[in-house]
Amino acid sequence: MSNNQTTTAEAMQAMEIAEGGHIPFWHNQRARRILGDVLSYVLLGVLAIIWIIPIVWVFLESFNKNTGPYNETFFPTEYTFDNYVKLFTDTHILNFPSMFMRTLVISIIVCIISTFFVLCVAFCMSRLRFRFRKSFMNIVLVLGMFPGIMSVVVIYFILKSLGLTQGIGVTIALILVYSAGAGAGFYVMKGYMDTIPLSLDEAAYLDGCTRWQVFTKIIIPICKPMLVFQALTSFLGPWLDFVMARAIARTQDNYTVALGLYQMLTREYLNDWFARFAAAAVIISIPIAVLFIVMQRFYQESMSGAVKG
Amino acid sequence: MEAKVSRRSRGIRRKADYIPPSRYTLRAAAAQGDIFTRLSFLILGLGNMARKQIVKGLIFLAVEIAYIVYMVLAGGPALNMLMLLGWRTQTRQKIDGYWHYDAGDNSVLLMVAGISAVFLTIIFIIFWSYAVRSAYKAQVLEQEEGRAPHFAQDVRMLTNDNAQVALMALPVAGILAFTVLPTVIMMCIAFTNYDSDHVLLFDWVGFQNFGQLFADTGAVTANQFVSVLIWTLVWAFFATFLNFFFGMFIAMVINRRTTRLKNFWRAVFSLSIAVPQFVSLLVINQMLQPDGAVNRLLESWGWISGPLPFFTDATWARVTVIIVNLWVGIPFTIMQITGILQNLPAEQYEAARLDGANWWQTFTQITMPYLIFVLTPYLITTFTGNVNNFNVIYLLSGGNPTPVGDTAGQTDLLITWLYKFTVDRGDYNLGAVIGIFTFITLAIVSLITYRNSASYKDEGGFR
Repeated sequence: MSNNQTTTAEAMQAMEIAEGGHIPFWHNQRARRILGDVLSYVLLGVLAIIWIIPIVWVFLESFNKNTGPYNETFFPTEYTFDNYVKLFTDTHILNFPSMFMRTLVISIIVCIISTFFVLCVAFCMSRLRFRFRKSFMNIVLVLGMFPGIMSVVVIYFILKSLGLTQGIGVTIALILVYSAGAGAGFYVMKGYMDTIPLSLDEAAYLDGCTRWQVFTKIIIPICKPMLVFQALTSFLGPWLDFVMARAIARTQDNYTVALGLYQMLTREYLNDWFARFAAAAVIISIPIAVLFIVMQRFYQESMSGAVKG
Repeated sequence: MEAKVSRRSRGIRRKADYIPPSRYTLRAAAAQGDIFTRLSFLILGLGNMARKQIVKGLIFLAVEIAYIVYMVLAGGPALNMLMLLGWRTQTRQKIDGYWHYDAGDNSVLLMVAGISAVFLTIIFIIFWSYAVRSAYKAQVLEQEEGRAPHFAQDVRMLTNDNAQVALMALPVAGILAFTVLPTVIMMCIAFTNYDSDHVLLFDWVGFQNFGQLFADTGAVTANQFVSVLIWTLVWAFFATFLNFFFGMFIAMVINRRTTRLKNFWRAVFSLSIAVPQFVSLLVINQMLQPDGAVNRLLESWGWISGPLPFFTDATWARVTVIIVNLWVGIPFTIMQITGILQNLPAEQYEAARLDGANWWQTFTQITMPYLIFVLTPYLITTFTGNVNNFNVIYLLSGGNPTPVGDTAGQTDLLITWLYKFTVDRGDYNLGAVIGIFTFITLAIVSLITYRNSASYKDEGGFR
């Protein structure tokens, strides 16, 4: 449609030129369009290289034969697959496979709990009317303004007085900490539910549905795109969090992937572990990238509104 | 019904989702309750049991007994210790040739226990008020309808009329325990001398720590605080608006009519989102070190003779973190803005084109106002997010360069400074004070703007 318009405009200009009219360059639509195209391709090309280079660098570095971070050249010269092999077999210093499994277990449980919490709170805030509603929303808004890092240390002491700072307790503590506050992150989901017409609920109530049935049989199915988005974001949380994990998991046998990666870049480890750090980064980036591509589809779907037509 | 009519005749307009106050209040229970209802003020559940709500009454009574037992055994002493915060230092004595340690008091743990007791007491008071009102409600319902609802009916209510109670109970408990409680405790720590000199035992000191902010010497000085605060705001401003404008520019270039391979360009830019942020930040940090890949590359090209001072010169470091943050943030902005650009009202462009508007006029008169209108809430949240942007600063520059003898580096934000005080130095009281000031800064910025934003005022606007 829009392309047709350009071509008609250009065709009209071509006709004018054919009739002998002289058109200066800045009014010549075709020349301007080509110039614009060239400029934007150059710009996009340069920017794309800037955005891609660090990622390519990490990828190539993960196959580097030299395990240290500082090389004579920008890209490695000798390549090997050893870093990946060592990462999974050489477990006596940093046990990457166990960190990976621990993070996976934590993130699956956190994903289930926090998605459920967010759905519950968002449903109450969006579809039900009760006395505490407005004040709850304001309280959550104010709570969100306290810097989260401030309470990290105190959360450790709370967990300590619950006896959750040793052994398997640390894993439970991380699950608790990641999922307990999830209810406060209801705003996006509530915004999505707000776009679902209230007449749907009313029709269901007239047919004798209870609120629980409306929640499980009507609202949750409609919210599926946002639900997937929410589930993936909360699944990614434990993989990406670094601050909370560092405060709670204080010994290496409780580390999550993020802590392990950070550990590899500390001074004592850096020279032997940098290539393996890159390998680990690639390994955890691949599933996240796949999830992200899935998520983007649902993200665009959910941005276009809940009920179409 | 009468109440409604009279309210309307007095001309008071209520919002659509207005809920009238309950008629089962504590005052009504005290004034109109019979002997059982009034006794329920002391013995929870008595009124309910008298109206044959045996199970409900027993549950109320059990909660009251549990609370009393808790207060006698643990809560009371904990509240008492909250005042004193402990005094027994760690001791050891030799018995039969072995050292026996007595751990002594730990003020933080005492504080956690004490404030938890306060929390539980407040929750119990709310529960008590609910139980008393429930007893009064049972009395009224029995008078009006012959009998109060069964326990089974009450349970069924939880899936219908009282669904919010069932659905919100666990999430709210989680927020109370792991968000509200830590925040309150941390605010209390701002009024103690819990620092690296008082690791186990500390005391209440009142507003002394706040005075530190206006002092000339010490770990925090007025100058330092003001300079970190200003840098935090400057950083948040640039990080937010540069991201917005560059992201918008790139999104529009990709979205041009004649640009081909739109999805390819978008994919290239969103690739960096797929790499976990802390990984890409740590990698960039490695690349920008004096011996890192970037300096090596530039040296081998012969462009520079010595390494560039990315994180060793204050101005270089500040510009570097802002630019790297552009690398991190622009893909998100592109994603956000692309979605909105695709939803732009097409008929307005059509009209503008017919009226002979050129590209620049369409941009300033239609695109920009629309984007600003839609994205104002997003910009506000991004701004607050940048004030609290711990990851970028801590993992990238670590707050460096740090002048000798200072606690804050030249690129430290309030939030990373706070982290350094608490985790690295153990000066929890100063960290808490800075946290409170960060909160005040954010509250001022966001309360004004949130309340004026369309999505807050008009939540059902698009229904």
